[in-house]
Amino acid sequence: MSDVSLKEAYIDKTRRDFLKKAGAGVTTLALASGVTLMAYPEPALARKQEEMVDPSQRWGLLIDVNKCTEDCDACVTACSVENGWKLDGNPAVDAQWIRKLKIKNPRSGHEQTFPVMCQHCAKPPCVDVCPTGASFKRADGIVLVDKHICIGCRYCMMACPYKARSFVHEPLEEQKSHAPRGKGTVESCTLCVHRVDRGDKPACVEKCASDGHGALIFGDLNDDNSEISKRIATYATKQIRADLGLDTGVRYQNL
Amino acid sequence: MFAIMKRVLSVVLFASVFSLANAAGAQEKNTPAHPRVSGPQFTLPESTDKCVHDSDYAKTGKCVRDTEFMRRNHMNLLKHKRDITMYKGIRSKHNSLQNCINCHVTKDDAGKAIKVSNSKHFCASCHEYVAVKLDCFECHRSTPDTPASTASIPKIPAHANLLASNSSEVKAMGTFLKGVAQ
Repeated sequence: MSDVSLKEAYIDKTRRDFLKKAGAGVTTLALASGVTLMAYPEPALARKQEEMVDPSQRWGLLIDVNKCTEDCDACVTACSVENGWKLDGNPAVDAQWIRKLKIKNPRSGHEQTFPVMCQHCAKPPCVDVCPTGASFKRADGIVLVDKHICIGCRYCMMACPYKARSFVHEPLEEQKSHAPRGKGTVESCTLCVHRVDRGDKPACVEKCASDGHGALIFGDLNDDNSEISKRIATYATKQIRADLGLDTGVRYQNL
Repeated sequence: MFAIMKRVLSVVLFASVFSLANAAGAQEKNTPAHPRVSGPQFTLPESTDKCVHDSDYAKTGKCVRDTEFMRRNHMNLLKHKRDITMYKGIRSKHNSLQNCINCHVTKDDAGKAIKVSNSKHFCASCHEYVAVKLDCFECHRSTPDTPASTASIPKIPAHANLLASNSSEVKAMGTFLKGVAQ
């Protein structure tokens, strides 16, 4: 993407933000004495269907490990339901979109559980190693596999330090129309890109919130006014294997 | 003569495979085509380069294009759409495979949408006839989404959801309340 179009995208975004703020209050219009027209603002929607992803955005997740309880796997179930993958009880070939990890401090015995999925790195190693260009990072920071050109070599699975990708070994039928997956290709968390594109949050975030945990926050890391950016600016957060310098989009709090 | 020949070459129809082969041979004799390129050259009609938006699509009230055009070019439209969806996140219905499937659904006697493995499936019926392998449905769904397949995660808390789905309890309570009222 050239500097010019990036700049244009930025101007567009500021313009849109201004319009959002301008339209935020309830607009009232007094027609006659005693008759008032009230226009309530629409909820902040994402871009229109025909618009391209906004390259000035960078989607990310913040996971508060303290709010994540050990016996809950709502995020994993929600992901499975949303994207139509199932576990067959064979860890060697099972799908690895999202999983719960448990870590223990051997000295104190302190335990923590938290979900790990594709970390949507700014510098993704899976994209570096892909020989066909199937593994790619979208303009808004979401790392995806273009299964049309994936040849199933699985280099990306080797390269990913988070073991976030898996390979489909068996032929599939009746997939979700919004989450195509097929034999011979690699797959991973898409940050529910189909939901993000229509202005929703990923399934795991929505389920975690509706179950009353609220351990997952989704938002634009580049927007200083988003909740996720404010939290990251206020509290100490971590990236897993920050030493690799991948600049992950998924951050952890209280880890 | 050349114009006629070119016109013949641009027509790629299922039924005219043999005539095409002849035309291609004729081209090699008369016009020195690119030596490495054999067979007819396929050029996409210019109008497909433009991305028609949903609003325009709604105005025409028609499906994407006429049948003749779609028979020859559906794969190009789908490929263009797949790339803008994948890389640019443009998920408009126009030219989307999902929309094709939703409309061109064939149902069996029980009223259930048939899969691409059945020769009666809209895509399969033609692709089997012309013996062209169909790759889309290795990953994509070949039938429209059903309420079960689009079942989303309930928006209310899990325990509330459990309570809400317990219809017998709700009915019993309803009957009780009616009784009290009478």
